[in-house]
Amino acid sequence: MALDEYEKRDFQVIGSRPVRPDGIDKVTGRALYGADAVLPGMLVGKVLRSPHPHARIRSIDTRAAAALNGVRAVVTGADFGEIRKGETRNVAENAMAFDHALYDGHAVAAVAATSEAVAREALKLIEVDYEVLPHVTEIAAAMAPGAPVVHAGFVEDSVPDGFSENVTARHEFGHGDLEAGFARADKVIARTLKTAATHQGYIEPNACLASMGPDGRGDLWCCTQGHYFVRQLCAEIMGIEESRLRVTASEIGGGFGGKTTVFVEPVALMLSKKAGAPVKLVMSRNEVFRASGPTVSSEIDVKIGMTRDGRITAAEAELRYQGGAFPNITVMFGAMAAFAAYDLGAVRTVGYNVLTNRPKQAAYRAPGAPMAIYAVESVVNELCEELGLDPLEVRLKNAARKGTKSSYGPTFNDIGLVATLEAAQAHPHYRAPLGPNQGRGLSCGFWFNFGGNTSVSLSVDMDGSVSVTEGNPDIGGSRASIAMMAAEELGIPFERVRAIVADTASLGHNDVTDGSRVTFAVGLATIKAARAAKKELCKRAAMMWGIDEEAVTWENGCAKPSGPNAGSFEPLPIEKIARKSPRTGGPIAGHHEVNAEGAGVSFGVHLCDVEVDPETGHTKILRYTIFQDAGKAIHPDYVEGQMQGGAVQGIGWALNEEYIYGKDGRLQNPGFLDYRIPVASDLPDIDTVILEIPNPGHPYGVRGVGETGIVPPLAAVSNAVSHAIGTRLYELPMSPPKILKAIREG
Amino acid sequence: MSKTHVTTTINGTRTEFLCEANETLLTVLRDRLHLTGAKEGCGSGDCGACSVTLNGRLVASCLVLGVEAEGAEITTVEGMAEGGELHPLQQKFLDLAALQCGVCTPGILVAAKALLEKNPDPSEQEVRYWLAGNLCRCTGYDKIIKAVLAAAADLRGAA
Ligand code: FES
Ligand code: FES
Repeated sequence: MALDEYEKRDFQVIGSRPVRPDGIDKVTGRALYGADAVLPGMLVGKVLRSPHPHARIRSIDTRAAAALNGVRAVVTGADFGEIRKGETRNVAENAMAFDHALYDGHAVAAVAATSEAVAREALKLIEVDYEVLPHVTEIAAAMAPGAPVVHAGFVEDSVPDGFSENVTARHEFGHGDLEAGFARADKVIARTLKTAATHQGYIEPNACLASMGPDGRGDLWCCTQGHYFVRQLCAEIMGIEESRLRVTASEIGGGFGGKTTVFVEPVALMLSKKAGAPVKLVMSRNEVFRASGPTVSSEIDVKIGMTRDGRITAAEAELRYQGGAFPNITVMFGAMAAFAAYDLGAVRTVGYNVLTNRPKQAAYRAPGAPMAIYAVESVVNELCEELGLDPLEVRLKNAARKGTKSSYGPTFNDIGLVATLEAAQAHPHYRAPLGPNQGRGLSCGFWFNFGGNTSVSLSVDMDGSVSVTEGNPDIGGSRASIAMMAAEELGIPFERVRAIVADTASLGHNDVTDGSRVTFAVGLATIKAARAAKKELCKRAAMMWGIDEEAVTWENGCAKPSGPNAGSFEPLPIEKIARKSPRTGGPIAGHHEVNAEGAGVSFGVHLCDVEVDPETGHTKILRYTIFQDAGKAIHPDYVEGQMQGGAVQGIGWALNEEYIYGKDGRLQNPGFLDYRIPVASDLPDIDTVILEIPNPGHPYGVRGVGETGIVPPLAAVSNAVSHAIGTRLYELPMSPPKILKAIREG
Repeated sequence: MSKTHVTTTINGTRTEFLCEANETLLTVLRDRLHLTGAKEGCGSGDCGACSVTLNGRLVASCLVLGVEAEGAEITTVEGMAEGGELHPLQQKFLDLAALQCGVCTPGILVAAKALLEKNPDPSEQEVRYWLAGNLCRCTGYDKIIKAVLAAAADLRGAA
């Protein structure tokens, strides 16, 4: 059963901080990322993109481009023909427009040529006849009856009558009697809060190298968080069986959810098929911003009632998210996560997804949760201010704990929220003095965490060293933590284990690296695979000794006789058993396949101090401390790294980052100069406190840690800014002009 | 388009290449010379992933033309380790876990090395401002700054 995996024990390897195995390649420039691979005879792919936010494509004339010397293939939506249904169809149409361009930057054609220069020249020769249509890029305008219809045919039954066709889905969660709850409150506050769309901002642009053979078999190299999912999507789009396409994940230069789907990969495969040669396709930064998935923008109404002594009596929220021209379920996650940190008798959330003429959103670290929790945590703080209550005390008073029926349904098991809040309360940061124009903010954060389908194969090599083959791209040090868990379980040094990420043909299916699942689920499968190998090692030792298999146990990397009738033999180390394996039945290995459950939710609390310059409206982060439950930190450096990285992305979201659309429906800031992510000089140290409340669903107690960290900063920074300037902003990002305006209007 | 012949020194080795007049040094390094350590994160001078030094000066190689390398001395991340011995910056980045995905790492290492050559004892703030042109989206910079300061201390100790 998934919930009783955990066993308390003393660890040898877990919790130490060894050098990660892939590190040396990454500090010497040897590591190969998406754009770093080459093949003989390789062509360069380039994509032509719509300058219009919404247009019907009357026709595309590619004859001149195809005739250009050096051009080997041209593709348009017509090549992706009669595609299927559901999400794969959406992914295909997003990769290459069918008959409508749905946003500024939507791909309309692509070429493969012998050089970059020829490919660029060819794009200029393609003539697209557009019938420009009315567009809409903002949530309220898109929801209004009579708004231009962005993309027809997606409205689900859950949507009541009276909405524009751009509203595609409605989700509802909650329990209890709201009316009675609000009636019991001493203070009720209702607010509307907004967040801008932000991009994952991975530094490595999406890139791939595709090679389709004339026999319909293909190979694809790409930077992705999930090469099995890439294979599934691309095989479906190309109309081939999955086993015909082998996908290899390159080293990945950041993903944060944005590389859980495909954008250029099907285009490169189609070009390669037509050209009969390998095609490399690398997005420019401009293309990454305009046509890979940012996250949603949001408008959220929150209403919370509280008693004079700080007990929340009722809470409700309506969330409206836009995620571009295709449907998505991010708002459902938002509606589920909004009040997850609270133990509430009466709660209800309703979420609406809205289509706009913007790029198809992709997952971004805890998708849907940061904006929802920003809205809730802002209103909770405002109530605390109004009622003169300590915001941390109030959160403790209302905190979800073991046995709480969560606002989205399930009842929580062992969770770390209270311990995390208490750690924040006890920390010197919480009581440190503040100067003029300075403020302190805090916020809770939450993410569900996932488990999912996982395969791991572990082989004991002939010299007793160990290879672990896993199928999840390593986006932040997971090979290190996987190797550590294998070493721990086998009782051998970390250095004797090598973990590699296999291609799709070399190992069973693995779900995408998402949902903070890898250290949890791949770790679990690795431990079980190691246990299977240990069992086999014991059996082989028993054969060598001529005793019963049951009379052998495994300790510190050795088989040992145990029990009354075992006899006395010197412990047999793994290398001796391995060397003799040809004579005891052949190679020794273990493997494990599982659809892992019991991932265990994750909570965190962030404390943030800011100073706001009253002359310029600029906010400086002075001090930042993160408290998060990791269940068990396998490699604490990389746990801290996840927490710090998430926090800084959230700080960027709170202060600077936003997709800005002009009246013409075009993205105004598709580059790192105008879409400004935090830089080193914007930040102080990001301090971390790791709590370890074991997750019952993992043998070592691990919980995913990757996503929760991006959730609290939005409200933590906003609450700190409000504290500093004495007035509250209800919109992110809090760029200097907005803060100045708020100060002036008081 | 006719190509220009360029003679240069890369990581101490005399190197010749042909390139077009509008080709960037980054493209030459990556596509012509297969030195893929320098990365293209933006192509517009905003991310620092393509950092190399040109005659000792830190540059964004996406903003330098290949033909400008004529007669110059270029160093890239591939030239940082000497004979299998890692540079102290590389070692500290490993020891202190100053990388996650690692795609920003080559540029940051090259930039940090250029800083320490100018200023062997930088303050934390000086490191933060010097590296402000090198974007990292994974780490929040905390461990990167600590690793650079630790490497600086190491290098001073060794000197
Ligand atoms: S690629 Fe040169 S600065 Fe970004
Ligand atoms: S480690 Fe990924 S961008 Fe810096």
